[in-house]
Amino acid sequence: MATITIDGQSYEADPSANLLQAALTLGFDLPYFCWHPALGSVGACRQCAVRQYRDEEDTTGQIVMACMVPVADGLRCSIVEPEAAEFRAEVIEWLMSNHPHDCPVCDEGGECHLQDMTVMTGHCKRRFRFPKRTFRNQYLGPFINHEMNRCIQCYRCVRFYGDYAGGSDLVAMAAHNHVYFGRHEEGILENEFSGNLVEICPTGVFTDKTLKHHYSRKWDMVSSPSVCSHCAVGCNTIASTRYGSVRRILNRYHHDINGYFLCDRGRFGYTFTDAADRLRRPLLHPDRERDVETVAEPAEAMKRIREIFSEATGVAGIGSPRASLESNYALRNLVGSGRFSSGLPRIEHDATTALLEAMRNAPDGPGSLRDAERADAVLILGEDPNNTAPRLALALRQSVRNEPIRADAGSRIPRWHDRAIRDFVQDRKGPLFIAWPASTRLDDLAAGTHRAAPDEIARLGFAVAHAIDPQSPAVTDLDDSASDLASRIARALKEADRPMVVSGTALRSPAIIAAAAATVHALRRTGSGGSSFLAVAPEANTIGDAMLEGAPLETLEQQLESGEVDTLVILENDIYRRLPAPATDRIISKARRIIALDSIATATTNRADVVLPAGSFAESDGTFVNHEGRAQRFFQPLPPAGDVLEAWRWIGRIAAETGTSKQNEWDRLDRVLTALARDCPELAPARDAAPDAAFRANGQRFPRAPRRFSGRTSILSHLSVHEPKPPEDSDSPLSFTMEGHSGQPPAALVSHYWSPGWNSSQALNKFQSEVAGPARGGDPGARLIPGNGPNERPSTAIPAPVPDDDQTLLAVPCYEVFGSDELSARAPAVAERIPKPYVALAPTDAEHHGLDSGDSLNLLIGELRVSAPVRLDPKLPPGLCGIPAGMPGWSVPHLPARASVVT
Amino acid sequence: MAISEQRVILKHVDEPGYDPGIECYVRHGGYETLRKAVGMQPEEICRGVEVSEVRGRGGAGFPAGMKWKFLDRKSGKPIYLICNADESEPGTFKDRQIMHKDPHQLIEGMMVSAFAIQAALAFIYIREEMPQAARILEAAIDEARARGFVGEDILGSGYSCEIVVHRGAAAYICGEETGLIESLEGKRAYPRIKPPYFPAALGLYQCPTIVNNVETLCHVKHVVAIGGEAFARTGSPGNTGTRIWCVSGHVQRPGYYEFECGALTLGEMIHDVCGGVHPGRSLKAVIPGGSSAKILRADERFTGKLKDGTEFDWGLNDIPLDFDSLMACGSMSGSGGIIVMDDRVDMVEALANINAFYSHESCGQCTPCREGSLWMKKITKRMAEGGARTEDTDLLLSIGDQIAGRTICAFGEACAWPTQSFVSKFRDEFLAKASEDSGKRKGLRLV
Amino acid sequence: MNLRAETMEHIDATIPRYPHKRSAVMPLLHAVQRDQGYISNEAIAWVAGKLGLEPVNVYEVVTFYPFFRQAPIGRRHIRLCRTLSCALCGGFGIAEVLEEAFECRMGETAPDGSATLEWAECLASCDKGPVLMLDDDLHENLTEEGVRELARTIRAENAEGSDSSMTGNNS
Repeated sequence: MATITIDGQSYEADPSANLLQAALTLGFDLPYFCWHPALGSVGACRQCAVRQYRDEEDTTGQIVMACMVPVADGLRCSIVEPEAAEFRAEVIEWLMSNHPHDCPVCDEGGECHLQDMTVMTGHCKRRFRFPKRTFRNQYLGPFINHEMNRCIQCYRCVRFYGDYAGGSDLVAMAAHNHVYFGRHEEGILENEFSGNLVEICPTGVFTDKTLKHHYSRKWDMVSSPSVCSHCAVGCNTIASTRYGSVRRILNRYHHDINGYFLCDRGRFGYTFTDAADRLRRPLLHPDRERDVETVAEPAEAMKRIREIFSEATGVAGIGSPRASLESNYALRNLVGSGRFSSGLPRIEHDATTALLEAMRNAPDGPGSLRDAERADAVLILGEDPNNTAPRLALALRQSVRNEPIRADAGSRIPRWHDRAIRDFVQDRKGPLFIAWPASTRLDDLAAGTHRAAPDEIARLGFAVAHAIDPQSPAVTDLDDSASDLASRIARALKEADRPMVVSGTALRSPAIIAAAAATVHALRRTGSGGSSFLAVAPEANTIGDAMLEGAPLETLEQQLESGEVDTLVILENDIYRRLPAPATDRIISKARRIIALDSIATATTNRADVVLPAGSFAESDGTFVNHEGRAQRFFQPLPPAGDVLEAWRWIGRIAAETGTSKQNEWDRLDRVLTALARDCPELAPARDAAPDAAFRANGQRFPRAPRRFSGRTSILSHLSVHEPKPPEDSDSPLSFTMEGHSGQPPAALVSHYWSPGWNSSQALNKFQSEVAGPARGGDPGARLIPGNGPNERPSTAIPAPVPDDDQTLLAVPCYEVFGSDELSARAPAVAERIPKPYVALAPTDAEHHGLDSGDSLNLLIGELRVSAPVRLDPKLPPGLCGIPAGMPGWSVPHLPARASVVT
Repeated sequence: MAISEQRVILKHVDEPGYDPGIECYVRHGGYETLRKAVGMQPEEICRGVEVSEVRGRGGAGFPAGMKWKFLDRKSGKPIYLICNADESEPGTFKDRQIMHKDPHQLIEGMMVSAFAIQAALAFIYIREEMPQAARILEAAIDEARARGFVGEDILGSGYSCEIVVHRGAAAYICGEETGLIESLEGKRAYPRIKPPYFPAALGLYQCPTIVNNVETLCHVKHVVAIGGEAFARTGSPGNTGTRIWCVSGHVQRPGYYEFECGALTLGEMIHDVCGGVHPGRSLKAVIPGGSSAKILRADERFTGKLKDGTEFDWGLNDIPLDFDSLMACGSMSGSGGIIVMDDRVDMVEALANINAFYSHESCGQCTPCREGSLWMKKITKRMAEGGARTEDTDLLLSIGDQIAGRTICAFGEACAWPTQSFVSKFRDEFLAKASEDSGKRKGLRLV
Repeated sequence: MNLRAETMEHIDATIPRYPHKRSAVMPLLHAVQRDQGYISNEAIAWVAGKLGLEPVNVYEVVTFYPFFRQAPIGRRHIRLCRTLSCALCGGFGIAEVLEEAFECRMGETAPDGSATLEWAECLASCDKGPVLMLDDDLHENLTEEGVRELARTIRAENAEGSDSSMTGNNS
């Protein structure tokens, strides 16, 4: 630590930081615009001016920009010095000279960094007596609204969008006083991280268009800490609501996971909670084969369930990777572990089991996104992160700068000096290798790619392991180019300080995961420190579901077949998305009775005898276990309304109703977690993912509503002028009102970022132990999988080469960031971005079958007929075809599989 | 003309029969210095340039030898030489003369310099508004290459270096050396922040790079020709060699004139060399070093101490024309562009004209000049046209005061100095204009 | 892109002169603008493709530099110096003459398409002000009568559709 003096007081500060960062960490209110903790400094806005003195004798000093001054022992400066303060106010005056002052009609109003900084500098009197500059706005797609007149030219948007996120359709144009930030022509912002512009922009140029459709001010929204339910990364979010619906999602900082950024699927997918096909009342289907449904009172539905249970010869439960840990566990408890299915078909189940095994065996435990961002050599084996775990792709995009910077350590340019570092690194990129059948959006960064069938990808992985450590078995019959690539990858990983192997279940191949594990262990055996295995899983709770060790769906089919089981309880799972329709139909028709719980109507709920309306993330408390085995709690921003209940609470009621279990054990989240901890020791730490419901600060709960919340007494006045009793919360230490503890809660309970003078999300600075560091009091969540040290040998079954096959194509799943996720696809804004169904084909294969781009291709995959237009992918190797997974209304499950072309 | 010029760089320029072709240049002893240079050790040439104390002729007056000394030779990266021919400072037109009329002198100067710093490649960044000069230079480079002065194995020395002529596109900011480098890299010409961007260490493509003005590079040739010590004896101490002064505006004989530094005073230049203002007119003010230099009033007294401690008390006419004296008088010799204004000139209009230039040329990267230069332009324009308020005079000054020294590059000073100096030195004129009734004025001459 | 053969030849010779292809953005834009009269969106995409860049990288450059234009202009391009030295010598008077002669304001194209009038910032010929550039050629020591004559010639040539271009220095 360095000792610095600010306004005559000495402080300890981090010498790797700049003065602005240090001052903010120390709690000073120093205004800034162009600097961002994740983007670093460029010195463009000149807002953070302070006076710096050479030494104690120096009384004149000079005005410097704090974001450009490295912290060093003996540094002396003044923030309050009048000339510096006057200059900071002048910068605001300049920036405001053309700003439209339209705060009352601006979506940013009340949480605007420009407003905050204006107040902070004290500028209040207008001297600019000229017409203001005006710009034309652009249509930028369904996510982002554009209002250029508000721009203060801080350049953050293009630095995030282009430099950080790799987007190529948002730039600064023109010059001098007419610099314009936008696309070169109107159109949808292509990058899947565009939503972060909402929080990156210090004022209202880029705002959330989905919020605009049902706008509410920040201070009028009731919010809770949540966890994104649209992939397994588990980005921390803040979900905000008003008038009973979710209005927007904001980033909730987690040092090890999402940091400052979310992907667009996570930010804009939330409106599925309010979609027309949400289930809000219990439904009965008197005749499953006919499309007749009746809405039932909960008591009536429960009565029907009691009848079903009493008539059943055996009840089995189908769990779900998108249901919470508590709900899955409650279901397993209801039906018994022998009759509990993970809800996955064998092909996915086996891959997921292999992944969990590899995570448990990883020397240091599974890696985090922060590890990925810091890695200096990366091998991606059989994953397409931009589409399967988007936020991970953003982390990997940053990693490629690490090796060039390390290699040129002599340049001594501090990491925060963004302009200098980027110009210094130029186009040089550290080693990132991608093995995936088709092209990916990280290819522009890749030092090498291997586009091949899943088994060939596994073989490459094993070859890398062998090249690192000859103790790993050799791969026979590997072609020369793959073999060269394997040695290049091995060399890069061995030379790295922080090598990382990324792998997952995307191609449903246990062999790929085993190869990734073999590589990590080979690195560890040969002495590479810090080797890291990063697991990618598809759904929010895939790992938590897998840790409950249910059986694959096919086992359940056998139990139905044998008559051991005749009744199914299906939890938040549309099994038509998991198995081909004919196979699903067989399961459904073999089950005499089906009870389904879900938040959305699906093909599966349509065929259930009884459907219970379960809460989405917005009406539920629960826990998801993310891709790194971290249990994370999400809390409901909305009190459950109507008949909606958390799935685990419904299951508890079923248990009580049918006499399977005592009700009082299941009516509170903490009791479910206690039972879970007792039954599953590995999952026991999940209880500590967040403080329990009894937790208080000074005897007070933590408010979900901001202190300035308005309309409390009038919000329901169209129904009744009597103010109702506020909803109670038996499951968390949060309250639904603005009353309660006014200080900062523990990180797991943060519902909004606010601090005096800091109304925008940049108040986050005040919630961190240091700027861009961990949350005060530690980041939330509980790691469940500690890792197993260096000794474990992974399995080494190397697949045989994929034989040539002229007759059929190997259909592999490919993924779409917008479309492959079931829930977000139901959000209208996301739905606009979903591509039309397609089958990706190599040009040579297309030619072979006489097809061109856009022509209709008919395939027979097992018993499933698939028809879609051809999309030519020149990167796809011949013999393969790519089929997007999980597309709404066009789901082709159960891949990879052989497909024959039907003419 | 009472005082005769001391032409070195412009020695042959405008001589009857002298043409820009290589035959003519070689006939006049051209490329002999390059021949001498490639026989020397590169370090020896650099030492000579250092000893010569030759200062940059582009505007800042930084000693060229010292700039070269900062060159990072250990990085192992290629070294680049860039000739800054983006002559855009209003009132300056000296480099144009060299490039149009004696292009080989520049090429020889560049090749001597390139050899001295062992450059791998050299560029001439020439402004778009000089297309003919660009063509002349390209033709001259071809001629020089054909004779082994440029390109592979120069004069059998084993040293090779190409020159690429690169045209700008009408952006003044490309005269700023880091803006120029960004532009040459194919980007928007946003100046870089120093540190860490001293081009001598991290310049073009993050390689060590020397950026010198056209006139400076020509001087290098003469330094090598006569030796650093001999060069240092010309001009005055610390202000060595000759300078080309560009005189424009209200004088009878505007033009370019080369003199040793300090060899004559501003008064001699205006009255004797240039014939003074037109008959019946009187001198009102002079901008001595391109339009960004602070203006000097005709009746101003300048007192103070020079670097060597001698006290001075000068009128405008007494100021010696060199780097340090003009700096001591609170202005600068800048790019050598002397703009003379007689008593007809309305100072508000003149400043409005200058401010229009700088607001148009601000790159837009950092706040003070992007917003401040435009605001100053708007205020001065309104003052000139009518409709200003009395307080606008002080407002102008306060904006200018906040810009200077607080921007990423020196453009902040360039756009603030005119306002600061005009308003403080002609305050009455500004106040009078600002407080007159707001009716629209007609017949403006400068805006 | 429909470029003349010599333009293509020039472009192909230019790119390898730079250590990094991206540096050739401005030379290529110059070549395209000279060939086509302006820089179209198609040209931007073409230049980007030629240099392995994203079109936006070219677009941000095109919009930064005042000389690059994205729309066609008149047959001749007249750029009159606006800056101080020329203004001191009567530059604004010349502007009035030009506006009258071409029946359009500075910044506009004459109704007959014969020329586009623009202001230029300091053309670095301040001792011979006022000056203007007619396409590539500098015209110095302008007088009102001289400019009227120049305008007449330009408009007459335009009417004839003649191809002869004005060159040289009329100072």
